[in-house]
Amino acid sequence: MTLLNCLLLSFILFGIGIFGLLRRRHLVAMLISIEIMLNAANMNFITFAYFSAEDSSAGAVFNLFVIAVTACEMAIALAIVVSMYRRRHSLDVNELRSLHE
Amino acid sequence: MNKLTTLSYFIFLLPFLGFIINGLFLKQSHKKLAGFLSVALNGAAALIAIYLAFNYFQSGVAPGRMILWQKDFLSFAPSLIASVGLLLDPLSAMMLVVITFISFAVHIYSIGYMKEDRSTTRFFSFLSLFTFSMLSLVVAPNLFQTFFFWELVGISSYLLIGFWYEKPAAVSASKQAFILTRFADSFFLLGIILVSFIIGSFDFYDLNTLSLSSLLGEINLGIITITKAKALFVASILIFIGGWGKSAMFPMHIWLPNAMEGPTPVSSIIHSATMVVAGVYLVARLFPFFSLFSDTLHLIMVVGIFTAVFAAVIACTQKDIKRILAYSTLSQLGYMMFALGSTSVIIEGQAAINTLGYSASVFHIFTHAFFKCMLFLIAGSLIHAVHSNDLDQMGGLGRKMPWTYAATLIGCLAISGIPPFSGFFSKDEILIATLEGKHFIVFGLALFTSGLTAFYMFRLFFLAFHGNMRSPHASHIKESFSMTFPIVMLAIPSFLGGYLFKKVFLKFYLPGYLPASDLFSSSISVHWVPFAASLVAIIGIVFAWVSYGRPYANVKKALDETNRNQFYKWIYHKFYFDEIYYAFVRQFIFRGFSAFVRFFEDYVIGGAVKGSVFIIKKAGELVRESQSGFTPFYLGTLVVGLLLWRFLGNLPV
Repeated sequence: MTLLNCLLLSFILFGIGIFGLLRRRHLVAMLISIEIMLNAANMNFITFAYFSAEDSSAGAVFNLFVIAVTACEMAIALAIVVSMYRRRHSLDVNELRSLHE
Repeated sequence: MNKLTTLSYFIFLLPFLGFIINGLFLKQSHKKLAGFLSVALNGAAALIAIYLAFNYFQSGVAPGRMILWQKDFLSFAPSLIASVGLLLDPLSAMMLVVITFISFAVHIYSIGYMKEDRSTTRFFSFLSLFTFSMLSLVVAPNLFQTFFFWELVGISSYLLIGFWYEKPAAVSASKQAFILTRFADSFFLLGIILVSFIIGSFDFYDLNTLSLSSLLGEINLGIITITKAKALFVASILIFIGGWGKSAMFPMHIWLPNAMEGPTPVSSIIHSATMVVAGVYLVARLFPFFSLFSDTLHLIMVVGIFTAVFAAVIACTQKDIKRILAYSTLSQLGYMMFALGSTSVIIEGQAAINTLGYSASVFHIFTHAFFKCMLFLIAGSLIHAVHSNDLDQMGGLGRKMPWTYAATLIGCLAISGIPPFSGFFSKDEILIATLEGKHFIVFGLALFTSGLTAFYMFRLFFLAFHGNMRSPHASHIKESFSMTFPIVMLAIPSFLGGYLFKKVFLKFYLPGYLPASDLFSSSISVHWVPFAASLVAIIGIVFAWVSYGRPYANVKKALDETNRNQFYKWIYHKFYFDEIYYAFVRQFIFRGFSAFVRFFEDYVIGGAVKGSVFIIKKAGELVRESQSGFTPFYLGTLVVGLLLWRFLGNLPV
């Protein structure tokens, strides 16, 4: 377990997240991709805290905060998704173009 | 004095109030209310005007000038300020009384005449605007205010002539009137600019009291440098052209007969007190200025006498009753013009000014206003009765309309110049003035015109009121109060106006401000002229009676315009002036000038507009295409953008 390995893992996670965000058309899938990207960032936090910080617990505490905030965010995002589904009976992103017309 | 000032505001405010209330606050269904409101407001204005004029003549200031109020309006330069104000002198006092009185009569008449129209309120509103603008025009103490209201008079006449806008003829007549007078007005404006540039003032007082020394020297007009005298001469011609068009003198006369397409009360007020008199009024107002240039006076005289004869000849053949009266107005306006022009006399090789011509002309404005207004109102009554303008359809109406019959007789006698009716006194003075000025040709032509006037007026009179009834509507003709009352009311000044006011006009109506040495008043009185004028008029009446009035007269043949010789046809078709104008406008203006302008508009201005529109549209499309609405596309751009920013944006790593 070296610093490089850990960073590579978080980089891969981030790439997967971006790929999913751009590629998937389903809103929930896109939310999951965003979640993956967030976790990649968290991963980075922990890694640097573990390998470089004097007190590694500080990074871990920060991480907990981020997870809490993300949970709130996701709750709102899911609420939007639900109401959008009720309204349009579809969660295909490519059909959500009413601002364009 | 203060009381007069306060009252003088009301003369304008009342008609203007009529315009505002009728125009903005009354519905088209409030016909009665609109009518009575306008009549009341204009009646009050008339009373105030009479009171004001009476006080003015009593005050001892007359014939001097009296400025009741004056305020700065626009200052073009510290030394050149256009102001608005109220000037009271004999001319404006007379005009105030005439305009308000006639407007009052016409308003009463309109209640009856426009009863069945669907937009009576609009009509009264415009009529009040017309009165307001003419009133403000005649009291203007400077050229700028005159021009301002001069245009407003033009606009209100445009609105009124085209009042029945669903009639194509009315629309084209209103456009014609507006464009032709506007054409003349542009010269007027040039004249005003030139005069104010040379003299440095708009004020009539400064213009009318020009000393000879101010004519000396040269002035640089930008392109050329000419003597001041010459420049002012050009300016006087330009200003006269304004009056030329407004007073519908030949060859800008065609709009006036065509303006007959408007409602008859409008014709009545245009012809007697407001629109066309403005031209004569302008020349009279600036008379001392014009009289500095005897060539300008000659031009005025030639234009005036030619129009007088020309219009009288045409009037003799017309069948449309309003057109006859329109040409008669032209002829009478010609009288006023040449009376003003014929004032330049030469005694012992010295140019001088004959004051009689001026007072005669102003006097003729006064008397003419009443009987011409009345005659038009009568024409309106006849048209209302038989539902046609054509003399073919009239005849024998005397028995049905006794009041109208009597009033018409007074009007016809007055315009023919039979003593003791009002027209006699003023016409007589005009004739004497031309004779004193030794303008013998003008005198002869004026006498001839006087005979023609008597002929065509009595032609109208006999054809409309005598003989057999030719109208299919003859059975239910009757006189209504609101239409007969103003006619009778106007018959009184038409009858007595000349006799009563002759002394006033001879005493007060002198072209003021002229040095006494330039004035000329004849000591020899020409006794035979009144007799000659009356005799010629009576000959005219007899001719009319023989041709149209006597029991065996062949009216059918007299009214037939097809089986006539070429000469009669020429006159009947008004010397084809409408056609000449039409051809000129069509060939020269539409095909020539307008085609070029259109080309410029289409290809140069239009091309530039279309080109810029094309570019903007293309740019807009480019931007719009990028806003596809696909969320992944936005996200992708975001990511790519961030990456580019990160690696190309020289961010600190």
